[in-house]
Amino acid sequence: MPIDILMPALSPTMEEGNLAKWTVKEGDKVGPGDVIAEIETDKATMEVEAVEEGTIGKIVVAEGTENVKVNAVIAILLEEGESAGDINAEKSSAKSEPSDDSSAPAKDDSKAASVPAEPIAVEPASDPDIPEGTKMVPTTVRVALRDAMAEEMRASDDVFVMGEEVAEYQGAYKITQGLLDEFGPRRVVDTPITEHGFAGVGVGAAMTGLRPIVEFMTFNFAMQAIDQIINSAAKTLYMSGGQMGAPMVFRGPNGAAARVGAQHSQCYAAWYSHVPGLKVIMPYTAADAKGLLKAAIRDPNPVIFLENEVLYGQTFDVPDMDDFVLPIGKARIHKKGKDCTIVSFGIGMTYAIKAMEALSEQGIDCELIDLRTIRPMDIPTILESVKKTGRLVTVEEGFPQSSVGDFIANKVQREAFDYLDAPIISICGKDVPMPYAANLEKLALPNVDEVIDAVKAVTYAG
Amino acid sequence: MAARARKSAPKKAVDHALLGSIPAPEPAKLSKDEELKAYRDMLLIRRFEEKAGQLYGMGQIGGFCHLYIGQEAVVTGIQMNMNDGDQMITAYRDHGHMLAMGMESRGVMAELTGRSDGYSRGKGGSMHMFSREKNFYGGHGIVGAQVSLGTGLAFANKYRDNGNVSVSFCGDGAANQGQVYESFNMAALWKLPTIYVIENNRYAMGTSTKRHAAQLDFSMRGVSFGIPGIQVDGMDVRAVKSASEYALNHCRNGDGPIILEMMTYRYRGHSMSDPAKYRTKDEVQKMRSEQDPIEQVKQRIIAEKLATEDDLKVIDKEIREIVVDAAEFAQNSPEPDVSELYTDILL
Repeated sequence: MPIDILMPALSPTMEEGNLAKWTVKEGDKVGPGDVIAEIETDKATMEVEAVEEGTIGKIVVAEGTENVKVNAVIAILLEEGESAGDINAEKSSAKSEPSDDSSAPAKDDSKAASVPAEPIAVEPASDPDIPEGTKMVPTTVRVALRDAMAEEMRASDDVFVMGEEVAEYQGAYKITQGLLDEFGPRRVVDTPITEHGFAGVGVGAAMTGLRPIVEFMTFNFAMQAIDQIINSAAKTLYMSGGQMGAPMVFRGPNGAAARVGAQHSQCYAAWYSHVPGLKVIMPYTAADAKGLLKAAIRDPNPVIFLENEVLYGQTFDVPDMDDFVLPIGKARIHKKGKDCTIVSFGIGMTYAIKAMEALSEQGIDCELIDLRTIRPMDIPTILESVKKTGRLVTVEEGFPQSSVGDFIANKVQREAFDYLDAPIISICGKDVPMPYAANLEKLALPNVDEVIDAVKAVTYAG
Repeated sequence: MAARARKSAPKKAVDHALLGSIPAPEPAKLSKDEELKAYRDMLLIRRFEEKAGQLYGMGQIGGFCHLYIGQEAVVTGIQMNMNDGDQMITAYRDHGHMLAMGMESRGVMAELTGRSDGYSRGKGGSMHMFSREKNFYGGHGIVGAQVSLGTGLAFANKYRDNGNVSVSFCGDGAANQGQVYESFNMAALWKLPTIYVIENNRYAMGTSTKRHAAQLDFSMRGVSFGIPGIQVDGMDVRAVKSASEYALNHCRNGDGPIILEMMTYRYRGHSMSDPAKYRTKDEVQKMRSEQDPIEQVKQRIIAEKLATEDDLKVIDKEIREIVVDAAEFAQNSPEPDVSELYTDILL
């Protein structure tokens, strides 16, 4: 059967073009790959190659013809043993209609298919019950993180930790202290100073099913690796149709330390929370750090685990349990209250707690929610609280534009508009690179008074 | 003074033997079966790609579409030596690699058309396709990123001590990316079993190697890390086979990574929408007529009487049927269900 040669598209957006030149004539023999014509658009000229072997039976569109529609028949190719006579017999109506009829997809540009509803998030599990009589052990965040890794590494040989100074130096911030001694250099891997490269190595290892914990000395340095985190770790599961993903943890200190200037003081909570395919955790207490890091290591998805240098040395009670694991995606109500909801996470909690205590003395009873997980976010817990208090203040150290707080404010005004008695205020770091000077640095960060003022403003407490 | 200092600096030809570039082994002598397999495998890639180009022209394939035509001998020759557990990873010019790894032409083509029967159920497209079953780890759209990932595959092989080798492909353009050298360093430091295949097709999109590379001999790109390299005639499947055999043994012996620079050529533009104005038609024509990888095998087969023209025509017909079937399948497969929008984001 004679084969139609169609006007090809040079790009996905091309609709028509000019048939500039035929480089063959009727009767010429052609094979796959032979150039037969040149077509042009306003952007480019391109050669058209024959795809099949045969003889040019008929040139349908003459050279020099302008505005030839994509997929119009421009020539007819005869296969071995066919003659021009076959064209008329088979192709009486071949003028401009493309011949592949039913095989073409129904292209309906008039209206887009309606977007399916986003699936309803599965309600995260509640925190495990802590049996009565469980010993509470005062533990620093540093040790809690170390214990979490050690326990998970004991449980599975697939878990290993890699990063700069994690092994022999015992961790730049001593989070991996003792791990080399217990697990050896195969599983506690010192890397060169190569964030982009070792993040990629970690993702590649995870794609085979290993469970890497990639430590960044700080998340500021992970900016060198952000392509691997987002384009490789977060998107592979989707791009592979569910065949493979990156079950791994990227962890390290995030946010401002003290007097280290603009390049070493930045909160990435909002950045990573923007990306589908990632989970983002930012704990405050040692117990949450331990329980959530264990959960993150077990999670089959890439998890960003944002720690804070200032919190590493702070001590909290951690339950002495064999396997203390907390649910990812569940906020923790730090203190119940009725007058105003404060939502914070990570180091932001330090400002929120102090403000809450001061406000309590002034007779304002705040409910304080520690998000713990930024993505997926426990919006229901926030909504439930706001429906009770009618007021909301969020607290974080990150930059103000497109902050985590602004995301929360949008969700709340949409879902609980009628319950709100005041505008929502999000307290953030200032909209400036972090200055070095001590006085300016202090001004750039949120402070307790700002939180107190915000709560007073929304409660109209003057 | 500075000028004088420069003048007195030693001007010495680079000594490849000292720096780690090793001469390519003699091209392998292929058996009759191997020659016929090479012919068949390369022809499948070529016909598949021609069909993909055609479907692109018809608007059935969207977005970017990078064809492998001209480079078929590279992946075909390497795959001939690979073991079952060995992994392959490459960038976006990936259709040939998938076919070589035994992935179904139907599934690959259906992914190109963005349909539910594609390897990624239509959600990956030409540049993002994977097969856990066939140990093909993509299909990556960010130039150079696959080199670090492939190094990670090798890390996992060493961690598990499974004896497998990962083969990471990149182009001459990607060979300038920083993370490639970060990966070289770690792979050499940790003696990871990985082959870095640099497919030097002479152009990083529209920029010729002369205009983008300070060191034109890409087999030397591992010198700073003590990684040996071999420059290979990537248009001759026999040369590719013998070099990759050497490289795979090198990795399996625990000697760490090795670079294979494949001197190759793509006949088509960088992607479908590249008119390739940066090179002459004569240059392309010369490669096609003098060094075509498929033609080379074909001529040997005929000259050595391993098969007749008619035997090869039977293969040609078979391949054409596979490709026509794949194209038909890919156009008839339904688009993914709208519910797929929200699946495979998290497990």
